[in-house]
Amino acid sequence: MFLIALGFLAPALVLLVGLVLYPILYTVVRSFFSAEGGDFVGWDNYVTMFTNDSTFTAIRNNVIWVLVAPVSCTVLGLLFAVLLEKIKWSTAFKLIIFMPMAISMLAAGVIFRGIFQESPNLGVVNAAVVAVNSAFGGGDAAYPGATPRGDAGLIDDSGVLAGETAVTAGDEQNFPLVGVRADSVPDGAEQAEPAGSAGAGQVTGTVWLDVVTGGGGTPGQIDDGKTGLPGIRVDAVAADGTIAATTETDAAGRYILAGLAEETYRIALPASNFDEGYQGVSWLSSGLITAVIILSYIWIWAGFAMVMIASGLSAIDRSLQEAARMDGANEWKVFSRITAPLLSPVLIVVFVTLIINVLKIFDLVYVIPPGASKPAANVIAVEMWTVSFGGGSNQGLGSALAILLLILVLPSMIINVRKFRQERQS
Amino acid sequence: MRFLRHHRITVPIAIAAAAGLALAGCSSGESTPDDTAANGDFAGETLEISAAWSGAEQTNFEAVLAAFEEQSGATVNYTSFGDNAATTLGTQIEGGSPPNVAMLAQPALMAQLAADGSLQPLSDAAVAAVAENYSQSWVDLGSADGTQYGVWFKASNKSTMWYNTDLYDQAGASVPEDWDDLLVQLQLVADSGYAGISIGADVGWPLTDWFENVYLQTAGGDLYDQLTNHEIPWTDPSVAVALDALATLWGNDALVQSGAAQRTFPESVTEVFGADPQAATMYEGDFVAGNITEDGNSVVGENALFFDFPAVNGSAPAVVGGGDVAVAFTDDAATDALMQFLASPEAAEVWVPEGGLTSPNNNVDTALYPDDTSRQIAEALTGAETFRFDMSDLTPSAFGGTPGQGFWQIMISFLQDSSDVAGTQQALEDAALAAYAG
Repeated sequence: MFLIALGFLAPALVLLVGLVLYPILYTVVRSFFSAEGGDFVGWDNYVTMFTNDSTFTAIRNNVIWVLVAPVSCTVLGLLFAVLLEKIKWSTAFKLIIFMPMAISMLAAGVIFRGIFQESPNLGVVNAAVVAVNSAFGGGDAAYPGATPRGDAGLIDDSGVLAGETAVTAGDEQNFPLVGVRADSVPDGAEQAEPAGSAGAGQVTGTVWLDVVTGGGGTPGQIDDGKTGLPGIRVDAVAADGTIAATTETDAAGRYILAGLAEETYRIALPASNFDEGYQGVSWLSSGLITAVIILSYIWIWAGFAMVMIASGLSAIDRSLQEAARMDGANEWKVFSRITAPLLSPVLIVVFVTLIINVLKIFDLVYVIPPGASKPAANVIAVEMWTVSFGGGSNQGLGSALAILLLILVLPSMIINVRKFRQERQS
Repeated sequence: MRFLRHHRITVPIAIAAAAGLALAGCSSGESTPDDTAANGDFAGETLEISAAWSGAEQTNFEAVLAAFEEQSGATVNYTSFGDNAATTLGTQIEGGSPPNVAMLAQPALMAQLAADGSLQPLSDAAVAAVAENYSQSWVDLGSADGTQYGVWFKASNKSTMWYNTDLYDQAGASVPEDWDDLLVQLQLVADSGYAGISIGADVGWPLTDWFENVYLQTAGGDLYDQLTNHEIPWTDPSVAVALDALATLWGNDALVQSGAAQRTFPESVTEVFGADPQAATMYEGDFVAGNITEDGNSVVGENALFFDFPAVNGSAPAVVGGGDVAVAFTDDAATDALMQFLASPEAAEVWVPEGGLTSPNNNVDTALYPDDTSRQIAEALTGAETFRFDMSDLTPSAFGGTPGQGFWQIMISFLQDSSDVAGTQQALEDAALAAYAG
């Protein structure tokens, strides 16, 4: 009898032992050996694991993941499931929300990396942010990014270009600028000309692009081939900070500030001439990278939670909800007192499954962060892969990390197994 | 088994012979027929040769082998092992049937196979052929523990800075004479409204190549070798000199295009040579020509040219690069004849006109290169006073080859903040200590 049972169990047993039990035991053994596997090193790999910076970041990030991602997915899934029950076309909406599950994690990672690119020309999120910003009047400067020529007596005070020394009426203040492309100078611009001597109560000068196309010319001097920069606003700022006069440059870059009193002024080109505009948020930088990856994870897995919860929802006894409504409970009460408690077994299964899934997260963290923020985005599974196969070739340390991961996953697995057993018994 | 027994006996003898040769200078050695290849007396013999090349490279290399077949009468079969040189050869050696000759891209693999006793040292005639055709750097690179095993057949030049001539002309910038002049020229470009240089630092390897070039220029070949083997620490003052030099460029926001940390390497090529260029210069090896051609908006040799990595602090021409070395696994006359043939300029000259091969062989006629750019790359390579292999390929991969860690990541951090040279050195030393110990 025992032999017959064994005979039937044998195929499954062989598979389980060969593909599950043996690898786990071997990993435990391997984690006590050195990188090459030759020397027994005791607990060294485990000590390294908890003392080295990159593993520490990985563990910290895993904690953040476990705290944020499963809850967000479950709550969103519950929300979708309950709300979609009440509308027509709910299957179509469910399909759309579930669709990200059909995309491989790797592809989703590539998509999100593109979406969150820093350059507004590449990343759609920053493109939107910049578009909204410029709709409210940002970033329409004529000469973005222009800087003063070095050693020309000019200073760049957080975007405002000004003469180093103050001037009085009758003086000249020139502005040789660089960093503007020849082809972004307006069509009407002409060869730069000296402004000529200033009259009484006047300050004059020229603002020009101090670069000759093809090279040549003397820096800081108006030479042939250097164009004036028209349309630049020029302010005369009095000692007390008030603007005494303002004007714009003409086609040859000349300006005349008139009506000045006999005192000293700073001549300044306000930052609005050169403002490069709002450039968006650096989403993929070290500070935000984990948030961005978790967001993309939620995008994928909220659909899974929704489908699971929706199936649980369809199985619950509707008469209880009806009874509560008859007794005068409002919708919120029905949801919080009747629906949610009835759903709790499903919710716990979804939640625990997501915790296990999140602990093992690899693909998204491997694909999304650019090089500079890789260390900041690190999680245990990625760290494990990197040290054992991704170039580190230290499979001892890698095995130790794998064991850590296993130990972290075990409690959730035990909860899940218990849950299933209880359900079967009841 | 037969092979194993055979090579156990011959290897010590061959090493002794080669060592004796090295001591006695250039003696006549054994009675190796000098002009074996020309005799055509290997008819009926079959040689196996493997390399990583496939596609066009395979076709061109098979043409080289055909030339040998014609001379010698032997039949040569080529097999590609793709990217798995170590695994494939390891399996074949264990099974007792390695190819007669293999092309290896990693000197470390050659050294390892030599230490295992799997490789045959070069015959006297082959040693003489190498001495006649190659500079000392290549002889040293083909040796392990003082014995010559390898003939370098293909080389790459990683000391090339590529620039967009349209933007340089517009800015009036010219090819820089040295590092300081490079900064001046890049400033001219920046004045004209374009970024001086674009760096793609999404992964660290282009940055390690930057460092290796500057270090080879400032510290010289001997210190480079010592640092590669971690015989001197990364906290050595010579490293600080190189990092300081790098910081003069990397730390200058006016010259370096912003957003380097999120730019991939191919994107940095597009920034310089794409349809809407934003920067005028980029640094990487000769393979950039391929990226430019692939991008399709600029033409190598017309508006996409390169100059040699500029000399830092008045250093002599030095080139960092890589290559493929031919090594022999069997000790017979036909294999020896093939090795001699590969060391001869005639072998390389079959492939050179087809493009895609830069030969480290000094006696290859550079007029045969298909265009000026590839000729210039080859001349810089053979004309360099110092040639060194890419350092990050020679260090343990935990240090020099792991994304997100070690050399790669620390250079990314240094690009982002070039102010802390001492801290960067310490971080490099810590990473190296961990990797070399493991």
